[in-house]
Amino acid sequence: MTSPNLLAQRSRGFLVQAKDICLSFGNTRALTGASLSVTSGEILAVMGPSGSGKSTLLHCLAGIFTPERGEVWFDGERLDTLSDSRRTELRRTAFGFVFQFGQLVPELTVADNIALPLLLNRAGRKAAYARANAWLPRLELDGLGGRRTGELSGGQAQRVALARALVAKPKVLFADEPTGSLDTLTGELVMDLLVSLAREEGTTVILVTHDARVAAYADREVMVRDGKVINRAEIQVEVSP
Amino acid sequence: MLASVTVPLTLLGLLEREPSHGYDLKRDYDTYFGRGKPLAFGQVYATLGRLARDGKVSGGEAEPGAGPDRKPYAITPLGSREFDTWLSQPIEPEPHLQTVLFSKVVLALMLGRPAENYLDAQRGAHVQRMRELTEIKRTGGLMDTLLADHGLFHLEADLRWIDVTSARLTALAEMVRDS
Repeated sequence: MTSPNLLAQRSRGFLVQAKDICLSFGNTRALTGASLSVTSGEILAVMGPSGSGKSTLLHCLAGIFTPERGEVWFDGERLDTLSDSRRTELRRTAFGFVFQFGQLVPELTVADNIALPLLLNRAGRKAAYARANAWLPRLELDGLGGRRTGELSGGQAQRVALARALVAKPKVLFADEPTGSLDTLTGELVMDLLVSLAREEGTTVILVTHDARVAAYADREVMVRDGKVINRAEIQVEVSP
Repeated sequence: MLASVTVPLTLLGLLEREPSHGYDLKRDYDTYFGRGKPLAFGQVYATLGRLARDGKVSGGEAEPGAGPDRKPYAITPLGSREFDTWLSQPIEPEPHLQTVLFSKVVLALMLGRPAENYLDAQRGAHVQRMRELTEIKRTGGLMDTLLADHGLFHLEADLRWIDVTSARLTALAEMVRDS
């Protein structure tokens, strides 16, 4: 039977939600009551200055961090109270991740890296590599399947990371400063591909960035300040009569 | 579209490339600079007339045939010098947005109004415009990309000012209150 909560979540069309979540690291309060709702298929940019809590929020939404207070929901399921094993399973099967750098295994080839999530999900080796290799032309990486990722340029490495994040068809792609280490043109290429592929695959994207040019690729942006989310729609500006 | 003040200089630039008829100048202007707002024929010929009067272009004999004016125009040494001068001089930086926003922020702080909200609203408007320009880049050609990039970098500069000002609001509020 479907729970009332699940029905309520799905009826509102929210795939990911944070409700008034708080988290501290020692004496540092990273999140102080952050709330956020993301609809299925949406590309959302989470912006904010350094130390505002935007990356911590992303990690909570992805079930990597557990908030001390508040709730995190994913697809009608309360994420923050799930067992570690169930959350690990969700991260492996329903979520994809792209970070600024350091996410690929440099000793493995491009194809190995892309196939890795499928192999971890117990896909057959032949099928996993067939799917991994099918991603190469989509990311303009033709002919690089056998190259070790330690030998790639920054832009090539981020495109491999993108393929690895999307190969298992996740429902949500979490991206934390995905172009932070790239020059302007290479960053644009990566963002262009990220947005195009997410739309083709119907993947929801939650993108943390301090860069407005990157945020401009999203459907909507929110600001995180002092551990809270500020929605544009909630900003009240008094207008003189 | 380019500001009207640059139309004569842009036409001079097109004539610097090669002598042309008014019709060809209009076509090239619309292709490269019009961006959906084509130049009226009347404006082309009126501008060429003024440039000819001022000795910056010379008009040849009209060629026979139906249709628009078939008189070829060529740039003169005077026109060429004016175009070179314009091309080599940097345009004046335009800090108008910061000036207006600065005034709003200071006045808001003086009046106890929510300066941070004004900045947030402005940031939202800027990002929305950047989103529109980014979509133009994603769907348009290289010319569209170059123009959109110009707008994007300017908007980004404004946003950096907005972010830094947001971070300095507490100090600014104290200064405004104490003065």
